[in-house]
Amino acid sequence: MEFCGGHTVTIFRYGIRQILPSTIEMVSGPGCPICVTANADLDKAIALAHVPDVIIATFGDMIKVPGSRSSLQQAKADGADVRMVYSTMDAIKMAEENPTKSVIFLGIGFETTAPTIAASVLQAEDKRIRNYYVLSLHKLCPPVIRAILDSGEVKLHGLICPGHVSAIIGSHPWEFIARDYGIPCVVSGFEPLDILQCVDMLVDQIEIGESKVEIAYRRGVRPEGNQQALKLMAQVFEPCPATWRGIGEVTDSGLKIRKEYQHFDAELAFDFDPGLPYEPSGCICGDILRGVKTPFDCQLFAKACTPQYPVGPCMVSSEGSCAACYHYGRDFEG
Amino acid sequence: MKDRILLAHGSGGRLAHELVEKSFLQAFTNPILAKLDDSAVFDFSGRLAFTTDSYVISPIFFPGGDIGKLAVCGTVNDLAMSGAQPLYLSLSFIIEEGLPQSELGQIVDSIQNTAKEAGVKIATGDTKVVNRGSADKLFINTAGIGIIPQRVDISGSNATPGDRVLLSGPIGDHGIAVLSQREGLRFSTQLESDCAPLNSLVAEMLEASPNIHCLRDPTRGGLATTLNELAKQSKVSIRIEEEKVPVREEVLAACEMLGFDPLYIANEGKLVAILSAEDADKVLKAMRENPYGKDASIIGEVRAEHPGRVVMKTCLGASRIVDMLVGDPLPRIC
Repeated sequence: MEFCGGHTVTIFRYGIRQILPSTIEMVSGPGCPICVTANADLDKAIALAHVPDVIIATFGDMIKVPGSRSSLQQAKADGADVRMVYSTMDAIKMAEENPTKSVIFLGIGFETTAPTIAASVLQAEDKRIRNYYVLSLHKLCPPVIRAILDSGEVKLHGLICPGHVSAIIGSHPWEFIARDYGIPCVVSGFEPLDILQCVDMLVDQIEIGESKVEIAYRRGVRPEGNQQALKLMAQVFEPCPATWRGIGEVTDSGLKIRKEYQHFDAELAFDFDPGLPYEPSGCICGDILRGVKTPFDCQLFAKACTPQYPVGPCMVSSEGSCAACYHYGRDFEG
Repeated sequence: MKDRILLAHGSGGRLAHELVEKSFLQAFTNPILAKLDDSAVFDFSGRLAFTTDSYVISPIFFPGGDIGKLAVCGTVNDLAMSGAQPLYLSLSFIIEEGLPQSELGQIVDSIQNTAKEAGVKIATGDTKVVNRGSADKLFINTAGIGIIPQRVDISGSNATPGDRVLLSGPIGDHGIAVLSQREGLRFSTQLESDCAPLNSLVAEMLEASPNIHCLRDPTRGGLATTLNELAKQSKVSIRIEEEKVPVREEVLAACEMLGFDPLYIANEGKLVAILSAEDADKVLKAMRENPYGKDASIIGEVRAEHPGRVVMKTCLGASRIVDMLVGDPLPRIC
């Protein structure tokens, strides 16, 4: 299984499944932060967008993702102020330039994005900016892998560990997988040759009956990770339970803002009603995220659900399995 | 404030006449325009091509060009892609009140230089000034008329199985150069827009063989979208090879950083040609002798199976779909 959506894209984009021997089956995992965000959480972001005098600042990928009833794109068309930013520092600047408004940054992402959002909270605190907020929907990768393995639904012989997440957390947090579950792990980069090298290293481990954590992506990842980033993250956030689409609630797999900084927490600061969440019928994004099913198993795939008219989030996000499969591989895979 | 455009410059009164006479007539002088009648009047015989386009680019100045150069090249190239020799352009300015006259002057100079290079005359024009906020600095509309030589029959529906697909040079320069100047996303690059009039290149290609089947400039939506349009219009499939599509290092690096695919990035000085296999080499030779086609290459071929589909052989030797662009490409989240 490749955990990371970035790896899924490389695999489809370069047709890697087609050139691997038939004895190797690649399964996509839950590593797309947008795809795993539960509808209830998306509904919170959309409801916050409708609060008067609020500006929602978000990374571009989020804008089109459908929640239970609407999307940020739809909210924007209805008059909400939703702006795309390229970095958290742009959102801070936006708060400074709009003192009569409240700027809410949508903190969606894995360990890769959390440190920069932590840095923005510290900067806002330092500058005494009181109209900047974060809706923290961050998710942590190692706990969800444990949840997937514990469910016993998929039988994995090797794990391609995420590259960018590991650049932050290092390779040590994956060791429980090799040790407790006997599954070989290799951290990979994002070029097609990185993936092939990683598969080769996993096959080597399987053939000699070993299971350990190796790094194929040495130019980006150190075993101990990025200590500075981890420190920032720990200063602002603490682990909390989080709900993953298709997987459910997983202990300590989310990040919430610590008490010392809770005046930045959008969930506490605003009065809003996201309504009751519901999932579109027929969509199997949840099963796909657990690696139990593939996009080809979905009766909506490439018919009722396309990138132009997406039903589920895996078709919206550029790193979603369904979108990667639709864009690059639908004639050649499956 | 004397050096800025005022609402009165678009009123039809004294200031408007001054602007037309001092700025526009001097720059674009030719007998048809100089008459200042309500319409440009000229004699014609033969098959005419007629096109129009509006230019609303932001920022109006970018590395390698500006909105004026773009407004001439865009319309000249649309005519050239029908095989027409461009003759006359109309030129309409919609100016936001407050635009510095010096900036308008620079753009007028740029229009003049580009029109001269392309060998087209500005035959008629119009100027409107709108309130601040009603336009973004400057919008330009141009329409163009050209004459199509005997025996030339170019259309997006003419691609035939067995034809070769030619590309005039590396893709993505324009889109990335403009993006590098966008507010909130500035990054430094040596890259310049490829914005250029392609009519001399097309004339030389037609001289090498008048039997070119399709010509199209891959502007918005990039090479991928253009190839998809041609495949659908001609009811054929197009197969290209990743290794044969030239992309500059800088474009690749920026795309990697932003999560874009160079196949979808806009160009303003490139063309795709589809023609029979026996004509391919001589047309390629003619292209390479023109400065705007010096890096031309044969990137693929036309096939009968899967009509409407564009497929790419990846650098690993596998195949993948090249789909049409859905919406604007958005930067990714992690």
